[in-house]
Amino acid sequence: MSAAKWTTDMPIVSLRDVHKAYGAYEVLKGISMDVMMGEVICIIGPSGSGKSTLIRCINALNDIQSGSIKVEGQEVNDPKLDKLALRKKVGMVFQQYNLFPHKTALQNVMMAPIKVLKQPRDEVEKRARMLLKKVRLEGKENAYPGELSGGQQQRVAIARSLAMNPQVMLFDEVTAALDPETVKEVLTTIKDLAADGMTCILVTHEMAFAREVANTIYFTDRGIIVEHGPPDTFFANARDPRTREFLSQIL
Amino acid sequence: MVWEWFRWLAETKGINLTIFYDDWDRGRFFAGVWTTIHLSTICIILSILIGILGAWLQKSRFRIVRGLVQAYIQFFRNTPPLVQIYFFYFAVDALLSDYMGISGGILGSYGWAVISLSFFAGAFNAEIFRAGIEAVPESTIESAESLGYTNAQIYRYVTLPLAFRVCLPALNGNLINLVKSTTIAYAIAVPETLYVSNQIWSDELNVTEMMYVMWLTYLLLVGALVWVMHRWEKSIRVPGFGRR
Repeated sequence: MSAAKWTTDMPIVSLRDVHKAYGAYEVLKGISMDVMMGEVICIIGPSGSGKSTLIRCINALNDIQSGSIKVEGQEVNDPKLDKLALRKKVGMVFQQYNLFPHKTALQNVMMAPIKVLKQPRDEVEKRARMLLKKVRLEGKENAYPGELSGGQQQRVAIARSLAMNPQVMLFDEVTAALDPETVKEVLTTIKDLAADGMTCILVTHEMAFAREVANTIYFTDRGIIVEHGPPDTFFANARDPRTREFLSQIL
Repeated sequence: MVWEWFRWLAETKGINLTIFYDDWDRGRFFAGVWTTIHLSTICIILSILIGILGAWLQKSRFRIVRGLVQAYIQFFRNTPPLVQIYFFYFAVDALLSDYMGISGGILGSYGWAVISLSFFAGAFNAEIFRAGIEAVPESTIESAESLGYTNAQIYRYVTLPLAFRVCLPALNGNLINLVKSTTIAYAIAVPETLYVSNQIWSDELNVTEMMYVMWLTYLLLVGALVWVMHRWEKSIRVPGFGRR
């Protein structure tokens, strides 16, 4: 593996001509993308355009048919891939939070570092409490997911991911299942993360948010990246008619 | 002695509870209840183990294994337990002792009752556990995967604890049924509660009294199981999961 050769001036996540099909249905038809350390990338596009599939491929939840995905120089599309090593680097937050319902907020955050990374419990607990404070959930340590609102659950999920000390965070439509009032609290948490220099790749429908936090916006449609660019130019002067049509429908 | 009050009750009121004032009847009756208790306990434990194994093998990569588990489940769910216990005691025992060249059978009636009842309840347990495992959302498992858990860790820390909570009510029902079904061991002369009660009422001709005694005995035995299971169910209940 070429992981040793990777340096911080190279893209931390790099996709080249990624193809992915479910049976005969091709979802990704040659996606290329480079994400530098500390960058915030927002992927937007109509439903079914392959946005979620795309980021799920980055942490090998989905496999790909051809092309290359590299995270810190490590090839993900490799049958001998060390999935644990990859998932230590890449955290993921889902639309439906997917917390462990039988564990408290604190236990949800502590479990993976203890069981997967075999870190000492005291140290993990200290960090977990700090992370819950960071996502503004101080006092909710002993609440079960069922006792928390959607927004609170989603912030626990973010803390749970951060507890693994990832280099890159993937967010898959993390506010899509939330009430409008609670969307803001989750977006604020992500904004804080981005401000701290965390590399973030988000699939989102929150255009105002994307505009505010993203370094680069990618617009996908029917399995390809139609265009990408910094938010100001992207929203003001989209070149492709498909992008313009999409933006006119949602803005 | 309090037992003597029952002799007085029999002599003056005609309510003849020999199991209290007669040493011999008392001895065999409580031995019968004790047999019901340990027969039930062993069968509960074995049937749960068989259920877990069955649910796991139903997911086997090998078609033949899945087919065998399915055949086992269908056979035991779709035939009467009384027929099963006779089948084991008379047919399987004879077949095996012939084959192994042992005269007089390889297992006694108690042994065959344990095997037959455990397999009977185990077939239902396998289906109950399978349903529980299938009820764990794929998305919850994916989130564990993305945190770096191995498949074995996911099974141990996520799938099983959640599946267990889902299937506990159904498991309760089946185990209650199992305790009640131990009465069919009567048919192959296992001296459990029903069997000894029958001996007592034949000897003492106190049929009516013994009906009440049996009715109350099973009510207490099953009631104790229900109480324990409910306590357990309550202790592992988590807010917002399983019940809305």
